Amino acid sequence: MILIRNAALLDPSRKLDGAKDGLRDLLVEGGRVKALDRPGSFDALPVREAFDVKGKLLAPGFIDVHVHLREPGHEAKETIATGLKAAVRGGFTSVAPMANTSPVNDSPLVTRLILERAKEANLARVYPIGAVTKGQKGEEISEIGLMARAGIRALSDDGFPVMNSAVMKRAMEYARMFDLPVISHAEDLNLSKGAPVTDGAVSSLLGLPGNPNASEEIMVAREVALARLTGARVHIAHLSTREGVEVVRRAKEAGVAITAEVTPHHLMLNENFILKCGHSCSHHQPRTDYKMAPPLRSERDQEALLEALKNGVIDMVASDHAPHGCVDKDVEFEMAANGILGLQTTVPLLLELVHAGKLPLSRMIESLTVGPARLLGVEGIGTLKPGAFADLVVIDPDEPWELKPGMIESLSLNSPFLGRKFKGRVLKTMVEGVWK
Amino acid sequence: MSPSGFSTIRGQSPGFLRGLLSLSSRIKKTPSGYTNTLKGKTILQLFIENSTRTRLSFETATRRLGGANISFTAASSSVQKGETLLDTVKVIQQYGVDGIVIRHKSTGAPEWISTATRLPVINAGDGAHEHPTQALLDSFTLAEKWGSDLSAEKPFAGKSVMILGDTLHSRVARSNIHFLTALGARVLVCGPSTLTIPDRRLFPEFEVLAFPDSALPDVDAVMLLRIQFERQSQGAIPSLPEYRHFWGLTRDRAAVLKRDAVILHPGPIHHGVEIDSEVADSPRSLILNQVENGVYARMAVLAAAVGGVEP
Repeated sequence: MILIRNAALLDPSRKLDGAKDGLRDLLVEGGRVKALDRPGSFDALPVREAFDVKGKLLAPGFIDVHVHLREPGHEAKETIATGLKAAVRGGFTSVAPMANTSPVNDSPLVTRLILERAKEANLARVYPIGAVTKGQKGEEISEIGLMARAGIRALSDDGFPVMNSAVMKRAMEYARMFDLPVISHAEDLNLSKGAPVTDGAVSSLLGLPGNPNASEEIMVAREVALARLTGARVHIAHLSTREGVEVVRRAKEAGVAITAEVTPHHLMLNENFILKCGHSCSHHQPRTDYKMAPPLRSERDQEALLEALKNGVIDMVASDHAPHGCVDKDVEFEMAANGILGLQTTVPLLLELVHAGKLPLSRMIESLTVGPARLLGVEGIGTLKPGAFADLVVIDPDEPWELKPGMIESLSLNSPFLGRKFKGRVLKTMVEGVWK
Repeated sequence: MSPSGFSTIRGQSPGFLRGLLSLSSRIKKTPSGYTNTLKGKTILQLFIENSTRTRLSFETATRRLGGANISFTAASSSVQKGETLLDTVKVIQQYGVDGIVIRHKSTGAPEWISTATRLPVINAGDGAHEHPTQALLDSFTLAEKWGSDLSAEKPFAGKSVMILGDTLHSRVARSNIHFLTALGARVLVCGPSTLTIPDRRLFPEFEVLAFPDSALPDVDAVMLLRIQFERQSQGAIPSLPEYRHFWGLTRDRAAVLKRDAVILHPGPIHHGVEIDSEVADSPRSLILNQVENGVYARMAVLAAAVGGVEP
């Protein structure tokens, strides 16, 4: 038995809201939460290990439904082992890796390989996401049922939209039988292909083709229509526009089974950062560290996303952890790969919003636990109720620190947040009763 | 000039731009005073996108300043072998060069390359972003024609310039909007709505109109842009005859211009599309003056960026 003492428990699944509800001791046995009670309640028990968190925050381990672990196929950028190391450093005890590996995770063979590597790494839990279509080509549905048997918890062609509506409809119909959510990378490529930045003032100034908000809005609206038609569960990845938020809001009001995620970078950054950065950054930070898909949008979009996260139109935060090496990022802007690291910066970035009074702490925790657990349909994660997995994260919400390259556990360093001074950090992470 | 070179017109002070115009003018008047400015120096002409005119103009400018050229064009070399541009630059730098002129299809490439080298980097056109030396030579040509006082705060005050054509994909348009407005000119941007810069919020003030006819009688210069059929312009206009009908500088349209209004075109020209041949060859056309002045403007930029001459 392991005893964790004097914790300010934050567990939205049980409406525990930190220190204001009084400190608790938490008892772990056999990798599961055994009990929690007032400090001192378990002192008489024969515990093997006791750990006093001294009033710091204790929450259920966080869940990230959108990461790229790059293995198999792109092991120079990241491996499952290094990605999971970054996950537990960042407070994540469960992650769902996207299918855009090489080969694509479109068959149970790849699913099993991923799960086997994850088991060897023995760090965070891994819930693979299978490709919607074979090779993510958007043409034929992949071996959805066999992958479900092998352990996938969701479907997505992330990186690409399924442009053909008939194929997406079929995938949703099929996914329903296995109760798998279909995650949509909502982008109308006819509007946005070859457009590396959002359509607007910055794209006009730089002479770059612009990806309009309508590209996302149209596809979110299509997914809503198909979800209504098929009864499938649909989840919108990395929502980035105020128009997309509005479509999701209306769909939810109408009772459509739709959820949505937002990334920390779409909450924290906007298109203007592409101009601000450039060559003057201290540690030779390429401007391409601000190149994402979907692109960073306007300040108005940024504000709408935060509001939607607060009011529940957006259900969860997902990092879209996307490691890329210099050879992918220190190149011409239009040629550069999309995306940035996220696993070690998500929690401190969200804490910035909390400290600024823009996001309640309880909502932050909810968006990293309850929301994603529900999407993946996994019992016993994202909660501290007795019987749940002892997946925990200890956070000092006030400790100041600076993110230095040496702290990055990933094999890649593509983060625009290197050198940023944070307030609040993850101190310890436990997965199934073991500190990682 | 900043030690990192000359990447954009945006962000340059009006005083600096006027200085470059004066230097261009001084060099044109007494070229003999600058024949050794780049003596013993080598300029890398890195053209990662097809260009004949601009490359020849820069090479000529380098030679007239007493410098030597190393020319590198994309068609020939390692770009096709999968080497990154950064590696290419690092390698060629080892041959001993003193400055880099770069033309590239990607926005921001010159600025980005300048972070990886200590050499001055001069932008010879990056994507649809900027073409700073073209804007310099255009304003130089106009200032010469108009006899503008370059010591004045706003040498082009009271002048109106219409930029007519595909501004959406035009680096020439973007650099010129920044340059001309910095000199005090009123700028009108005109062209099909599918090919016009859509968002003006981060630019200095300029006007937009779809059709040129109402404004043509009032402008002092018309700066034509090429319809870039090899690029993205395709599909944005229904046909060349339709373009000519609404936006071409035809004989009839040229006839409504002010008596002393002038015409510029960065070339190459599509005769009978954006401009009728007679108009291109008419006395009001400064197209060949632009080519000639381009060499002096580029000499000025090279002299300032690499030769240590104060603009």
